[in-house]
Amino acid sequence: MTRTAPDLDHLRSLRQAKDLMDREWAQPLDVDAVAARAGYSRNHFVRSFRAAYGQTPGRYLSGRRIERAQDLLRNANLTVTEICFLVGFSSLGSFCTRFKEQVGVTPAEFRRASPPAVVPGCFALMHAGGFNPRRKSVFSEKPGGGARS
Amino acid sequence: MITGLSIATVWVLDQESAKRFYTEKLGFELRTDSAMGDFRWVTVGAKDQPGLEITLMEPAAPSLDPESAEQVRSLLAKGVLGAGVLSTDDCHATYRELSARGVEFVQEPTNRPYGIEALLRDDSGNWFSLTQRHEQMDPTAEWDPCVEGGSRG
Repeated sequence: MTRTAPDLDHLRSLRQAKDLMDREWAQPLDVDAVAARAGYSRNHFVRSFRAAYGQTPGRYLSGRRIERAQDLLRNANLTVTEICFLVGFSSLGSFCTRFKEQVGVTPAEFRRASPPAVVPGCFALMHAGGFNPRRKSVFSEKPGGGARS
Repeated sequence: MITGLSIATVWVLDQESAKRFYTEKLGFELRTDSAMGDFRWVTVGAKDQPGLEITLMEPAAPSLDPESAEQVRSLLAKGVLGAGVLSTDDCHATYRELSARGVEFVQEPTNRPYGIEALLRDDSGNWFSLTQRHEQMDPTAEWDPCVEGGSRG
């Protein structure tokens, strides 16, 4: 009745790794650190995470940061540069590139076009996360973008 | 005329473990625990809200076929199912209290125009918002950028 299939433990570990990224996205966190904390080798972690969630953990983390940046651009009185570093990016260039890739416009354009949101933040966090429906496909990544390539 | 919402279903991986989690860790009260053959009916609820119960259901026969049950179990374990919003009159205090009992949080208490909000998971992987609502929505209020929110010490 209360059978626990072995792969549920595996999925739970992956979820805890995902929660770690959801919790500590503002920290200098990268895929190696997440894999290590979750007790996986990097390659095994990237493969398993992608199989479970449809994208690499690197993409997920950067998606989370972009989503938090959207939140801040909408609602906080901070500059684009401040927001870039706040959400864990180390260069403005990669932040703007990733932002445009994921959202379709630059951070500044996004800010001009977006009034403050009234969607509860928890739902934004859980739903808008790294899984942007506007992205074409999880398999259309550029090489080196957090994927094993 | 519909007069209220009285029971909401939350899928859980294990009813016994979920019953303990909801009563011992979240502090809910047990409302019903009865069996009808293989079918076990467990409901819990917040002490201050007698009119609304949560029924803790395992994804299994007879309500689900084996394949669907397996899928729901995977979704639970992956943590992609959200179960709802819990109200609190003091989000920070409740956060400390529940953390001390071992409840896993995805987000620490964070200021929002509608209140203060944290995000927790139950023992199956369902996520809940834990919200201390302001009397009124204040769209001009500062949104906490939760810079420190990610660090747990």
